[in-house]
Amino acid sequence: MVPLSWYLIVAAALFCLGLYGVLARRNSVAILMGIELMLNAVILNLVAFWRYLEPARMSGQVFAVMVFAVAAAEAAVGLALIISLYRLKRTVVADEADLLRG
Amino acid sequence: MTIAQVIFAVISAVVLVSAVLVVASRNIVHAALWLILSLFGVAALFAVLEAGFIAVVQVVIYVGAIATLIIFAIMLTRREMREAGQQTHRWWPLPALLGMALFAGLAWLLVSLPGTGATPPALAGDDPVLLLGQALLSPEQYMLPFEVASVLLLAALVGAIVVAGDTR
Repeated sequence: MVPLSWYLIVAAALFCLGLYGVLARRNSVAILMGIELMLNAVILNLVAFWRYLEPARMSGQVFAVMVFAVAAAEAAVGLALIISLYRLKRTVVADEADLLRG
Repeated sequence: MTIAQVIFAVISAVVLVSAVLVVASRNIVHAALWLILSLFGVAALFAVLEAGFIAVVQVVIYVGAIATLIIFAIMLTRREMREAGQQTHRWWPLPALLGMALFAGLAWLLVSLPGTGATPPALAGDDPVLLLGQALLSPEQYMLPFEVASVLLLAALVGAIVVAGDTR
């Protein structure tokens, strides 16, 4: 079988790719995609730990379901904010959203 | 390598290559389509981990709902990103370096950690989906977090409608 560390390393790589996407991209929608990648890496970690360490108790899967709910809420609010920003400023570039700059 | 390891390697290669294309592709629509492939790959990994319910939820919520929402947002805001050729800001090597350093640290930590080479124990007799349902809805386990999550989801969706709705 596949050792646990393989799953953890794949999840770590996915998380770091998402982190790069969040920090480097200019488009707000692309930043949200990076966040989705990072959340997916977290869920993958939770499910892998559940399967390998505590398959009798469902804590890992319950936490994964919670992360799904939070991810859905985050995507809905984030995309609503992006659409609202686009209405207001005609841009989705994160650098140009400087309405709060003094 | 056993067959399970080959399957795992193929799926993770698909996940990671499409994740690289998500963060690297210049066309935002292509990035969204690669994101869908990456999310499908993670769902396949859940299936390999024998978490069938989580795999189905991944396909329904991420691929079905979130990816569709992202594509809608791209369609509604796309005009802007066509002409703005540069997709990353000029400090992009810094996040790349940070990501690689974080991955190197995590990989070193995970390899040196004891117990991560373990193989999974066999699943108990009970159906995992049954156990998950009981865990989510029994008051002494996770009923309160479950209800709080549902209230959070409702509040977030109402908030999204208020924020994105046309107020004129």
